[in-house]
Amino acid sequence: MNYTDLFRATLPETALEVAALLVLVVDLGFLRKAALKTRVAFASLLGVAGCAAAAWAVTIAGPYSQGNDLLLAAGGAAGVAQVGILVLTAFTLLLLIGSGFTRNAGEYVAVVLMAAAGGLLISAAQDLLVIFVGLELLSLGLYILTAFAKSSGKSAEAAMKYYLFGGMSAAFLLFGFSYLYGLSGSTSLPRVVYGTYVASAHGATPLLYLALVMIAAGLGFKVAAVPFHLWAPDTYEGAPAPAAAFIASVSKVASFALLISISSVALHFFSELHFHYDRAYVTLTVSSGPVHVTPGIPNAWQTVLVVLSAGSMLLGNLAALAQVSVRRLLAYSAIAHAGYILLGLAFFSWTNASANAVLYYILTYGLTTIGAFGVVSVVERASGSDKLDSFLGLHKRNPLLAAVLLVLFLSLAGIPPLVGFWAKFNLFAAVLSVSAGPVPFALVALAIAMSAVSLYYYLQVLKRAYVMPAVDESPIKAHPITLIVLLAIASAVVVFGCFPAALQGWIASFYPAM
Amino acid sequence: MLAWTIYLSFAGALVEALLPKGKAGLARWFALFVAVLALFHAIGGFFAGMGLGRQIIVDIPWVPSMGIHYLLAADGISRVLVLLTGLAAVAGILFSWNVEHRTNEFFAFYLALIGGVYGVFLSFDLFLLFVFYEIAIVPKYFLIAIWGSTRREYGAMKLALYSFVGSAMVLIGLLAAYSTAGSHSTSLIDLAAYAHSGVLPVSFQMWCFPLVFVGFAILAGMWPFHTWAPTGHVAAPTAASMLLAGVVMKLGAYGCLRVGIGLFPHGLDPWGVFYLGIGSWRDVFAILAVIGIVYGALVALAQTDFKFVIGYSSVSHMGFVLLGLMTLNQIGVTGAVLQMFSHGIIAGLLFAIVGRIVYDRTHTRQLAELETMHLGKRLPFAAWAFVVAGMASMGLPGFSGFVAELQVLVGAWIARPWWTIAAGVGIVIGVAYTWRALQKAFFSDRLPTAHALEQEHDPAHSLGAITWPEVTGVVMLVSVSLFVGLYPRILLDTIEPAVKALLAGGGQ
Repeated sequence: MNYTDLFRATLPETALEVAALLVLVVDLGFLRKAALKTRVAFASLLGVAGCAAAAWAVTIAGPYSQGNDLLLAAGGAAGVAQVGILVLTAFTLLLLIGSGFTRNAGEYVAVVLMAAAGGLLISAAQDLLVIFVGLELLSLGLYILTAFAKSSGKSAEAAMKYYLFGGMSAAFLLFGFSYLYGLSGSTSLPRVVYGTYVASAHGATPLLYLALVMIAAGLGFKVAAVPFHLWAPDTYEGAPAPAAAFIASVSKVASFALLISISSVALHFFSELHFHYDRAYVTLTVSSGPVHVTPGIPNAWQTVLVVLSAGSMLLGNLAALAQVSVRRLLAYSAIAHAGYILLGLAFFSWTNASANAVLYYILTYGLTTIGAFGVVSVVERASGSDKLDSFLGLHKRNPLLAAVLLVLFLSLAGIPPLVGFWAKFNLFAAVLSVSAGPVPFALVALAIAMSAVSLYYYLQVLKRAYVMPAVDESPIKAHPITLIVLLAIASAVVVFGCFPAALQGWIASFYPAM
Repeated sequence: MLAWTIYLSFAGALVEALLPKGKAGLARWFALFVAVLALFHAIGGFFAGMGLGRQIIVDIPWVPSMGIHYLLAADGISRVLVLLTGLAAVAGILFSWNVEHRTNEFFAFYLALIGGVYGVFLSFDLFLLFVFYEIAIVPKYFLIAIWGSTRREYGAMKLALYSFVGSAMVLIGLLAAYSTAGSHSTSLIDLAAYAHSGVLPVSFQMWCFPLVFVGFAILAGMWPFHTWAPTGHVAAPTAASMLLAGVVMKLGAYGCLRVGIGLFPHGLDPWGVFYLGIGSWRDVFAILAVIGIVYGALVALAQTDFKFVIGYSSVSHMGFVLLGLMTLNQIGVTGAVLQMFSHGIIAGLLFAIVGRIVYDRTHTRQLAELETMHLGKRLPFAAWAFVVAGMASMGLPGFSGFVAELQVLVGAWIARPWWTIAAGVGIVIGVAYTWRALQKAFFSDRLPTAHALEQEHDPAHSLGAITWPEVTGVVMLVSVSLFVGLYPRILLDTIEPAVKALLAGGGQ
């Protein structure tokens, strides 16, 4: 074991942990007597500084392997996801300043940073055990964050539900991992993939299906895919707004980054065998003799992803139509978006095109959703509820906030020239270019049809903000930093939408030049 | 030069959104200034492009990795429709001079819509076109939902969802075409070349064409997907219904022509089976167009609400556009494009008279109530403007509608004679409903109730005088329709070569 390499590989996580400890020391030590406002500001700014340091560390971090097995990847999709996680975490920390739901700013920021470290770990992990440890680090942080509004019963209830579901899904995941280990004799992802190919080449073993379904349950829970989505509406509704924004963005990015690395490993395996397109299968020699393996994502895994994706698109969009709470609406819309992204993961390409399209989607989606929670949190503080009707007359009460809401929700609906449109277009074009055939085409058609449905519920909110008469016309004040963050997010949504190539170029810059 | 129409409109929309609230006059004059400036650019571009083929205005890579270009270009069809948009935009602002509620926001959405429309007509990149096409959806929704009248939220939501479902169908078709053609380029010029050279297989074109065509035709008001049109038109404020009927429906028809027919030329080939007179998508859509012509006219004949009469007449007139496209011959398609221009002007005029000049004074659109008001005497300007507009709408010689519909009918006769006969029935009914509305609204002798008589002579209930923006708007639209009717060559010389090129395969 080479400790220098290990230190270099985990430099970003280390930076976050150091920042977390520093925040605790400063907040509970030096600033113990200071006013709450100062403490919150210091804690968030220190946290943001920690994120910046970690983002710098990502650029110099290297991969880490033990023996021949890669444990932590660096650069590529992992690098993009890590920087994305850090930027989004910084935004959610800045939203804390104006939200004022807690007296324990130091602890809150420390937990956020530790959870983000878990996110960094799973984005880079290439080994089942590391994946599990990272996921648990992330999840434990999220449970605490959900419960952080200590005076709110809703917050405690949501955290309890989240925790119970989460604990169960972690158990499922571990169970699935243990089967994979049993099938392949290794915890390293490439070897696991090799093992599953061999196992499925002899005819689908029920054990493999069982393992994959268990893993789908575990990871499907993290990304809130149907039918493992039940926690999402409650958690989004009950958690304090900055925590909900964190759960909706950072945790999603990390979990999808994990799914990307699983899919990439499955395909990378074939490129290492010097596989060519014109051959229908590769022959592997195993102890029982030669077996033929068809290249591509293992069929069983693809089937699982397609089922999750179609279910999420349908249920997420249709259930969102009936919501009266904007937070629950955002939760169902998150489920729907997870469905679109899973489609991109199910039809994954040999090149980096699919990984890039999925990354583009989750990063921009995460950014948009943080903004949406920012607006909801301001409105909620002013009107005491997140019901649709508390948005009545927002354009009069705070025109800037209403404009931000307009931009963000239209982007979520996929209206050009906002970034949400390009994310969808990019993703669907990648799906269709990977696999021509009736099934992917029908699924893309379903996705596009469902995003037409989604316009209805996004317009329900915008209609209240712009069209319907206000009941209460008193102006809503937002904290200046919240406003700056929201404006920055909204302008990013517009700018990346008008210049989609900029973000694509940035993502591509993480891959070694071909 | 033409590209400035887009930039001016969007910049104008942004400035309007930032203007101080409560200064309605400033917002109005600024909007008029922007629209007139854009109109000058449209006129300039039209005359500068006379006799030229397709001109590339700007072509820069937008998303290089996917072959998407920011490609603006203009051919004869684009130039004519850009000119129409400019005229309709100026007229719409003149007829919304009395908007007092959230004026600057009204014109911000209005100019954003106009910018999107200009963009669609000038885009020669599939995805750029789609982007502009969708940009137009949101302002439409807010214009109707905030400033509309009868069942405005219902009408607005219905229109937004119909448009979005239509554009979703288009997007599915476009993604399929893009990936089938190898994901290299989204330029319409390249893709049309692929379609003609066989890179896009004929079988693919056959199933993809109806998807894209119907997607666009929803916005063009094709029967049976037209139901958004009457409710949307009626719910919309005057300027928005002028734009909806005047240019937004043309977006759909333009998409059918430029993308549907231009990109999937083999989509209209015969299927090989022939049943009940239907042997290809061409027959299917032509029959739907003919049904739209006759059905729209018949329903217009039975309406009690003045604005619904005009709303359904739009469905009928847009049926001519779709029928013209389905003739697939030079004269029919040219007629369809000319009909887009002509109907844009005339429908705008009719909606202006009904929605602004009459409704804003009488506060009713019920023909039964208007009958008792003797508007022919009390609003002679409105009455005579409607007489002229009605004649233009009926397709009387001397107006643009006559030339356009005649060409469509001739083209249809060449294709299938019975289309012409059926559509001719629609024209006859068109005379009837225009006549009926004209008579009931303006020249009825029916005696009013005693109470209404009292009001008529009561100065407190007198109808406001006609204002200068209204006169300017009516004169502008009538003279354009008359001029084009008397000298159609001015547009035809520009349209014909472009149609020829498009039917021949998108070359020069």
